[in-house]
Amino acid sequence: MTQMNMIQALNSAMDVTMERDSNVVLMGEDVGYFGGVFRATEGLQRKYGEHRVFDSPIAEGGIVATAIGMAVNGLRPVAEVQFADYIYPAYDQIVSELARIRYRSGGDFATPVTIRTPCGGGIRGGQTHSQSPEALFAHICGLKVVMPSNPYDAKGLLIASIEDEDPVVFFEPKRLYNGPFDGDPNKPAVGWSSHPKGDVPAGHYKVPLGVAEIVRPGKQLTIVTYGTMVYVSLAAAASLGIDAEVIDLRSIVPLDLETIAASVKKTGRCVIAHEATRFAGFGAEISASIQEECFWHLEAPIQRVAGWDTPYPHAFEWEYFPGQARIAAAIKATMEAS
Amino acid sequence: MSTARRSRLHVPRPPARPGDTPDFSYLRIPPVGSAERPPHDAPLADTERLAGGMVRVLDDKHRAVGPWTPQIAPADLQLGLRHMVLTHQFDERGMRAQRQGRITFYMKSTGEEAVSVAQAMALRPTDMMFPGYRNQGLFITRGLSLVDMTCQLLSNSRDMCKGRQLPVMYHWREGKLFSISGNLATQFPQAVGWAMAAAIKNEDHVAASWLGDGSTAEGDFHYALLFANVYRAPVILNVVNNQWAISTFQAFAGGEPRSFASRGPGYGIPGIRVDGNDFLAVYAVTQWAAERARAGAGATLIEHVTYRVSPHSTSDDPSRYRPKNEAERWPLGDPIERLKSHLIALGEWSEERHAALVKECDEEVANAWREAVKHGTLTDGPRLDPETMFDDVFKDVTPNLARQRQQLALELGKHPAEETKSALQREIDMERAEP
Repeated sequence: MTQMNMIQALNSAMDVTMERDSNVVLMGEDVGYFGGVFRATEGLQRKYGEHRVFDSPIAEGGIVATAIGMAVNGLRPVAEVQFADYIYPAYDQIVSELARIRYRSGGDFATPVTIRTPCGGGIRGGQTHSQSPEALFAHICGLKVVMPSNPYDAKGLLIASIEDEDPVVFFEPKRLYNGPFDGDPNKPAVGWSSHPKGDVPAGHYKVPLGVAEIVRPGKQLTIVTYGTMVYVSLAAAASLGIDAEVIDLRSIVPLDLETIAASVKKTGRCVIAHEATRFAGFGAEISASIQEECFWHLEAPIQRVAGWDTPYPHAFEWEYFPGQARIAAAIKATMEAS
Repeated sequence: MSTARRSRLHVPRPPARPGDTPDFSYLRIPPVGSAERPPHDAPLADTERLAGGMVRVLDDKHRAVGPWTPQIAPADLQLGLRHMVLTHQFDERGMRAQRQGRITFYMKSTGEEAVSVAQAMALRPTDMMFPGYRNQGLFITRGLSLVDMTCQLLSNSRDMCKGRQLPVMYHWREGKLFSISGNLATQFPQAVGWAMAAAIKNEDHVAASWLGDGSTAEGDFHYALLFANVYRAPVILNVVNNQWAISTFQAFAGGEPRSFASRGPGYGIPGIRVDGNDFLAVYAVTQWAAERARAGAGATLIEHVTYRVSPHSTSDDPSRYRPKNEAERWPLGDPIERLKSHLIALGEWSEERHAALVKECDEEVANAWREAVKHGTLTDGPRLDPETMFDDVFKDVTPNLARQRQQLALELGKHPAEETKSALQREIDMERAEP
């Protein structure tokens, strides 16, 4: 085991897959010589050459389109979109092409492309460097959607994504790159070195797509969450002394409904937390599915905690961010109901 | 009350609308044979005049003249003619079948047959093609069986797309023909990516893609030219300028005052404007571009100047927006007639042989239809199990697709109800059963 932060774990995932499969290539803005604005591809061009790790023009639509063509020609491209906020110029290529090529060609063509993209706020990024658009991709048939919350999962999920035969949109909560974050910006930053999930094997391993993890078993209520909100949820429940079962989805598509339903049937209470805006957010899908699967076990209405339905405001970042207080209020409401 | 006021906005107009006399004076058509032919590895600057000129080989007396005259054996020209006639007859039949209600939709390539056929013949079978929706000639020239193509049109049990795509959106993996998208221009930068991969793997295969004058307006066109130049991708990018994007004249894609080919040099790649109805000229420029790509000198943009004789699709009525006789006045003629006349001038063909060829191709198409309908149509005969709609969304079926598949089976009355009950229904039933 090696101590790694999330950036190092992602870097290691790409390194390991590139070592094993010469068809894996990396492309994106600033990923080559410079190693990426968040350093995720640092050293990889030096190690694997500029034919396998190269910079792209600032054209996300072109990056994804050419990655699709490369995949049709047998490569396994990993394309970085520098911020999830910049992914929209590629939306047509992702939604109308990448997601559907296997389907529309009756299974004759496939495009195993992984799109890595940093998401989420809490880094003073304003409304163009803080978005969490996972629901926009979860709604598209044919895409797998992943969001890790720690270095161990980040590496295992990224390897699984790159080696997967289907296209994957891989969201990286950038607030977690350097350490777990419990939602309190005034506390000193904590690194991954003191966290068990900062222990990352140096070699090849996979965390399977579509399998959630119970990061804290508990009896009183279930919190379904992913990404940065995993730590905020844990802290909020702890502050109230509630024995919460916290589920980190890890994969949004495929969704591990089985794990969620089993937990909610046990606890009878559920809070869903994500950083993305609430209205038609992924929480709505989770909530509806729980209602369908667990209705007779529910002791209280399901609560959703999310970012407000506004763009992410620069000056009011922490009033926007669904922090511990907002989650605690939802937990209390859930616990107090009938 | 009129709201009209003076405006400075330039809104392009085609030269003629219904009732007007067709007018193609806007087309710049230089003399046959006047375009110079630089070496295939010439620097960009030595190719720039090709973007505003027009490569033409066949003259009014049906002779091949000038430096672009390709070396093609008469037998290959006869083969090219056959592919074009077969494409033409296949189109005629497809259009009729739609009018008879046998298929839902069709798109003809009438008048544009030379683009697909000559290009498919000029490229190697190992070169990858990313077609648009009016490139059926590529599939026919590469040898996809007409039965397979017709089964696709019928969305039947043998449809390569498993009933998922509109008619004409073929693909053929073994023939290196990529799946056609209904979204315009998306294939253009994908072809560049395929070519980049060929270069990464150090293979000398070339990619080629096609789109129309109208869809050059999409951002994907820009991405394709940009990436093709940046990575010097071995790709041939074709703009089939057939003057019309449904009812929208090519000027709305910015075709005035400069050619679409001239976009190439702006991005750093050669642009060649070619008479798209001249089989020999199309063949020659494609060969030039392929040699250039294989030599590592990068991409070429080819603008094929042609005319969309047919409606945009079976859902379109061009008499509403252009003169009815416009096609007859098209100054570059018909590609099949021109190659036929050339072969006759060479002493390698005759009107009798041509009439026999048309008949033979028509029968081939008719036979294909007879065979294809045995595999079903949208309304009759064998069809795929509707449950197959859940296949190929992902490589393996995900849990929620498995649930939906079960639900559909229940709707179709295929399984006993108990097996396909929702989790909720099962629980309700269990709770009700408890004392």
